[in-house]
Amino acid sequence: MPADSFPAMSPSTLKAAQNSGDQTPELLTGAQAVVRTLELIGITDVFGLPGGAILPVYDPLMDTTKIRHILVRHEQGAGHAAEGYAASTGKVGVAIATSGPGATNLVTAIMDAHMDSVPLLAITGQVFSTLMGTDAFQEADIVGITMPITKHSFLVTDASEIPSTIAAAYHIASTGRPGPVLVDITKDAQQDTVPFNWPPKIDLPGYRPVTKAHGKQIQAAAQLMVEAKKPVLYVGGGVIRAEASAELLELAELSGAPVVTTLMARGAFPDSHAQHLGMPGMHGTVPAVLALQESDLIVALGARFDDRVTGKTALFAPHAKVIHVDVDPAEISKIRTADVPIVGDAKDVIVDLTAAYTLARRETTPDNEAWWAYLNGLREEFPLGYTEPTDGLLAPQHVIERIGALTGPEGVYAAGVGQHQMWAAQFIKYERPNSWLNSGGAGTMGYSVPAAMGAKVAEPDRVVWAIDGDGCFQMTNQELATCAINKIPIKVAIINNSSLGMVRQWQTLFYDGRYSNTDLNTGHDTIRVPDFVKLAEAYGCLGIRVTKADEVDAAIQLALETNDRPVVIDFVVSADAMVWPMVPQGVSNSYVQYARDHSPSFDEEA
Amino acid sequence: MTTHVLSLLVEDKPGLLTRVAGLFARRGFNIESLAVGKSEVPGLSRITVVVTVEGLPLEQITKQLNKLVNVIKIVELDPAQSVQREHLLIKVRVDNTTRSQVLEAVNLFRARVVDVATDAVVIEVTGDSGKTNALLRVLEPFGIKELAQSGQLAIGRGSKSITERVFKN
Repeated sequence: MPADSFPAMSPSTLKAAQNSGDQTPELLTGAQAVVRTLELIGITDVFGLPGGAILPVYDPLMDTTKIRHILVRHEQGAGHAAEGYAASTGKVGVAIATSGPGATNLVTAIMDAHMDSVPLLAITGQVFSTLMGTDAFQEADIVGITMPITKHSFLVTDASEIPSTIAAAYHIASTGRPGPVLVDITKDAQQDTVPFNWPPKIDLPGYRPVTKAHGKQIQAAAQLMVEAKKPVLYVGGGVIRAEASAELLELAELSGAPVVTTLMARGAFPDSHAQHLGMPGMHGTVPAVLALQESDLIVALGARFDDRVTGKTALFAPHAKVIHVDVDPAEISKIRTADVPIVGDAKDVIVDLTAAYTLARRETTPDNEAWWAYLNGLREEFPLGYTEPTDGLLAPQHVIERIGALTGPEGVYAAGVGQHQMWAAQFIKYERPNSWLNSGGAGTMGYSVPAAMGAKVAEPDRVVWAIDGDGCFQMTNQELATCAINKIPIKVAIINNSSLGMVRQWQTLFYDGRYSNTDLNTGHDTIRVPDFVKLAEAYGCLGIRVTKADEVDAAIQLALETNDRPVVIDFVVSADAMVWPMVPQGVSNSYVQYARDHSPSFDEEA
Repeated sequence: MTTHVLSLLVEDKPGLLTRVAGLFARRGFNIESLAVGKSEVPGLSRITVVVTVEGLPLEQITKQLNKLVNVIKIVELDPAQSVQREHLLIKVRVDNTTRSQVLEAVNLFRARVVDVATDAVVIEVTGDSGKTNALLRVLEPFGIKELAQSGQLAIGRGSKSITERVFKN
């Protein structure tokens, strides 16, 4: 990601942020330096929860007028809120926690941000440097714990290093392939008073992300693209992080190639566009899955050939050459060997590729007619759809489809993880990047409510939905208190099938319907513990229960009209609804099933 | 299965070794030996890693290592284009009948005796792994009581240095 895609700064623009005039540096405590540095790099919102080892920082936080601190109810909520804030805007999200359990409560969110390349700055308090290593009260080696799941991490024991460290962390989090960076600051470093020097010197000799690609590779890629008979643009989350949707649209329309958008890339390319085949992967559309599988050229743009996309990798797209564009060189040829590897920022590369493609087309005219005829046939035969449940209960797909339809593409949709996530990826029509937030790589249940909260803080004028499951919702719903008290009116749609639905689906399909520990007793014909409507009311939210299809629209409308407090709708849906299409795990994508025991018959040679 | 020698130029920061070693473990690569020390540039350390690669390409580990913010440069050292050495301290059992044979082996291998006791000697040897392994084989029948071995060190032949290449631009 180019540094300039973030509003605040890179090392070069840091200098511009200099506080002019001051000859002698002001004396600040480390804690004041933390707040001042955050202000100077342009942070306006942070999510956190205080505790002993971070107490000094919370004192000057009270005085700042430039930074809004949102007090969460659990540090994991702060982490996911910062993620939602970042994913909905492209800005860096900031989460603050104390040492020990405060810091470890951030771990899930940090790992989630690492898997999905979310720019996240996590600031944690650490015990006094003199106590470190003694098993002091609330001491945890959070730098050590998070080493495998951060882009980088810092331990600060000297107050004078606070500005440069936070600035470096911000730079690392927001440039190249974005990711989480942790800054752990000892309590003595927060308390000591030192001169505050700005701008700080950022010295990162080992960090030089490549954004501009090699011209030769671009030409080779363009040549392959004009020659391909069955090309497909395989668009990943990197296109969203690089803010390259407009450039992608141009390349797609110029080339006429079909486009598929992964779970992380929903919204990177408009769903309404005729060239869009939908989402590929385990629960992708039949045309998207088979377009990749049958193609002779995959143009991977900011995508990483995740196992949920490729199915059994050895059998994935056997006839395809691969152009792989990624800002992270380690992603290229990690899973699938690239014929043309291109290291660079998706935005820059797509612009260059479009220019090279235009030139290459003067020599060769691509012929994709037969390919489109085949794909259009698949589209007609296997449209995305669902069958009404036979138990007379609500179809979850219908609920989600209506939320999308009544809210529209300007809304933001944050999903939890499981069946409802897949349906939300399938049945809401995304037209713009950053409108779909979810936990893709990590699959973190409980992401939805705090992420929606973060998105609503970042974009208060947008309608923000948390599309959640009854299982996920019970993991992080305490943030409804944060939302209610801080006037963050998110809307939560609980797709309540009274079970851990995706696990239940696998038990139906692969474990002979033996439902081991997936029943949650929250839905139809159960004791309803907890009662989500009462729970919503207890948290100062509007609670609505919907059990019939004809109540769905009215409830969504009421939610859309209620903006003085958060809204929770308990959609009591059928537990038997399943996510289709599906590629069973460990087999070739050629075995995509449109519905249970119903695979498309297609010509291997097509 | 192939063996590679990687030379890493890294910033001398706390936790650096954990980051490097953890990465190898996490990504499923086996470290055969590891040697860490200062480089000629203040603030920079040099790590020599011998890694055995099975299945996954070496390229993946070098790319992942390159992503570590404190790693400045990685080069793979070709055995033909580099000098590779390891250092061993070997405590060998001796008695009046075997002492002279052990000392003869020490001389033949251009090793040195650095400590003498009535029933044991400590031998120091430096060389590539071919030489050190050969010495160990010769000493084995006498009884090796203790062995301490450094990680392999390696440096490219000729006048170029990896730090030079880093700081040129």
